[in-house]
Amino acid sequence: MSELSELYQQVILDHNKKPRNFHKLENANHSAEGFNPLCGDHLNVYLHVEDDQVKDVSFEGSGCAISKASASMMTQAVKGKTKAEAEKLFNEFHRMATGQLNEETEPNDLGKLTIFAGVRDFPARVKCATLSWHTMHAALNEQQKVSTE
Amino acid sequence: MAAIVEELITIKPKPRDGWDVERIRKDFPVLRQTVNDKPLVYLDNAASSQVPMMVIERGAQYIEQEHSNIHRGVHYLSMKATTAYEGAREKVKRFINAREAKECIFVRGATEGINLVMHGYGRKFIGPGDEIVISAMEHHANIVPWQMLCEEKGAKLRVIPMNDAGELLMDEYDALLNEKTRFVAVAHVSNALGTINPVKEIIERAHKYGVPILIDGAQQAPHGTIDVQDLDCDFYTFSGHKMFAPTGSGVVYGKARLLEQMNPFQGGGDMIKSVTFEKTIYADLPNKFEAGTPAIASQIGLGAAIDYLNIIGREKAAAYEHELLRYATERLSAIEGVRIIGTAREKLSVLSFTIENVHPHDIGTILDQQGIAIRAGHHCAQPVMQRLKIPATARASFAFYNTKAEVDVLADAIEKVIEVFS
Repeated sequence: MSELSELYQQVILDHNKKPRNFHKLENANHSAEGFNPLCGDHLNVYLHVEDDQVKDVSFEGSGCAISKASASMMTQAVKGKTKAEAEKLFNEFHRMATGQLNEETEPNDLGKLTIFAGVRDFPARVKCATLSWHTMHAALNEQQKVSTE
Repeated sequence: MAAIVEELITIKPKPRDGWDVERIRKDFPVLRQTVNDKPLVYLDNAASSQVPMMVIERGAQYIEQEHSNIHRGVHYLSMKATTAYEGAREKVKRFINAREAKECIFVRGATEGINLVMHGYGRKFIGPGDEIVISAMEHHANIVPWQMLCEEKGAKLRVIPMNDAGELLMDEYDALLNEKTRFVAVAHVSNALGTINPVKEIIERAHKYGVPILIDGAQQAPHGTIDVQDLDCDFYTFSGHKMFAPTGSGVVYGKARLLEQMNPFQGGGDMIKSVTFEKTIYADLPNKFEAGTPAIASQIGLGAAIDYLNIIGREKAAAYEHELLRYATERLSAIEGVRIIGTAREKLSVLSFTIENVHPHDIGTILDQQGIAIRAGHHCAQPVMQRLKIPATARASFAFYNTKAEVDVLADAIEKVIEVFS
C-alpha cells in the first residue's frame, strides 16, 4: 500500500472533496475546455488576465480525484502570477509528472505541487494530473479546446 | 476435406465431469502470478479473457512445426497449415451451428466483422433516405461504422432506446421499423451493462420488414451458446480474444446468399480467382472476404479455444458464471455507497458499478494496488453513460475460472476504497 498512499495523500483527498475556486468565473477573459477522452475527465478553466497578470482563475467540471485535486491546486498556484510565471509552472509541473524533472534535485517553483510527483509511477494516471494544466496553458494562449489524446 | 476431418477427429474433445474451478485455473498460466505482491484477481474478462495452455500449445505448434502460408503452397508445411486453418473454420461452423463453413469469415475481431458487413453490404445496398437501426447500448464498434455509412450515403441512424435498468424498449423498436429501414445491428449482450437482449425476437421483427440484421456477439460467445440457424440472424460476429483465444482472431458469420451478393471488403491476394489489368474475378466464399495472409496462429488458436470450451462444457461454464454473477451482485449491493449499473432481468457476466463520491478511475487504481484487474471508464459505450447520466463506471467481468473467494477480495477492496475516500 506504500505506493497507493503516496498517490492518494490526504491533501489530494481534501482538494477532491472540497475543490478550491470551483465555479465559473463571471469576468473571465480567457477560458478553455479540457477533455481526457480516455477516461472522460472533463473541465473548463477560466482566467481573468489583466496587465499580463492572472488576477483570478477558476475551474469547473467532473473527473477523478487526481484530476480534480490537481485542478484545484493549479488554480491556487497560478493566481496572482504573471503569464510567464504561470507558463513556467506549467512546464515544470508537466515535466515532473512525466518523469523529466526531478523535483528534489533540480531547482523549481513547484512547492506543494510536488505531491503529484507520484503519478509518474502510474502511467495511466499522468493525464489526469496534467489535464487542468494543459487547459490553463491553452486558455492563456487563446486556444479553446484541448484534448490530452 | 478428408484432411480436415482427420484434424477434427484427432483432437476430438472429451467432456470433463463436474466443475472443479481449481483444476480449471491450472489450465491458465497467466493466473499464477502476483501483482503488487498480491495474487492476481483478473476481473476484466469482458475486455480480454485469458488463454488456456491448450490454446497456447496449438498456436505454438503451428509456429514451431507448420509455419507457412495457407491456400497456395503445394508443399508439406503449407498443406499442414491450410488443414489446421480450415479445421478451425469447421470448428467455428459447429460452434455457431452455421449451415456451411464458408459462411464463417475469419476477421481480426468483432470490430472488423462489423466493418466488413458495413463495407460489403451497407455500401452496396444502403442509399440516401434509408434508415439503419441500432440500439442505445451498443459498443462504439457497432455505432461508428454505421454512422460513417450514414454520412457517406445520406442515410439516417435510428436508435432503440432503453430503460434505466438497461433493457431495450421493444415497443419503441417496433415504432422505429418502417419501409425505409434497410438494416438493423444490435448487441447480443451489452458489454457495459451485461444485459442479454432478446435477439431472437429482435431478429424476427426486423425480418417482418424484410430487413437483414447483424448481431454483435462479442460478449455472448465466451459465455453462452450460439445457434445462428435457430436465431435466423443474417450476420453474427465475435472476437477470439474475448473467448480464450489470442488477439487477432475472430469471426463474422453471414448467410451465404447475402455474402455472395456483397462487395468484397479488402482487395488483394487470396481473394481472387483471376487477375488481369482489365478485370479481376473474385474468389468464392469464404476467400472472397479474406484478402492477404490472415492471423493464422491466432485463428488456429480460436479453433483450439472452441475445443477447450467443449471439453469443459459450455453449459456448465455458463451455469457456474451465472452463480458467480449472482453472488457478486449480492456482495456488492450490500455495501453502502455502491450502486449497481445495469439491473436487467437477463444478464450475464458483467457487473458495472459506481461508488458514491469516488470516480471509477480512482477505484480502478486502488483495486490495481490490491492485484485486482477491473475496467474503469466508459467501456467504449459513451452513449450508455450519457443515457444513464454518469461519466463512467467501474466494471468487474467474470469468466468460469474466477472464484467466489475472488469476489470476496473484490468486495473487501471496495470497502477499503470507501474508507480511503470517506
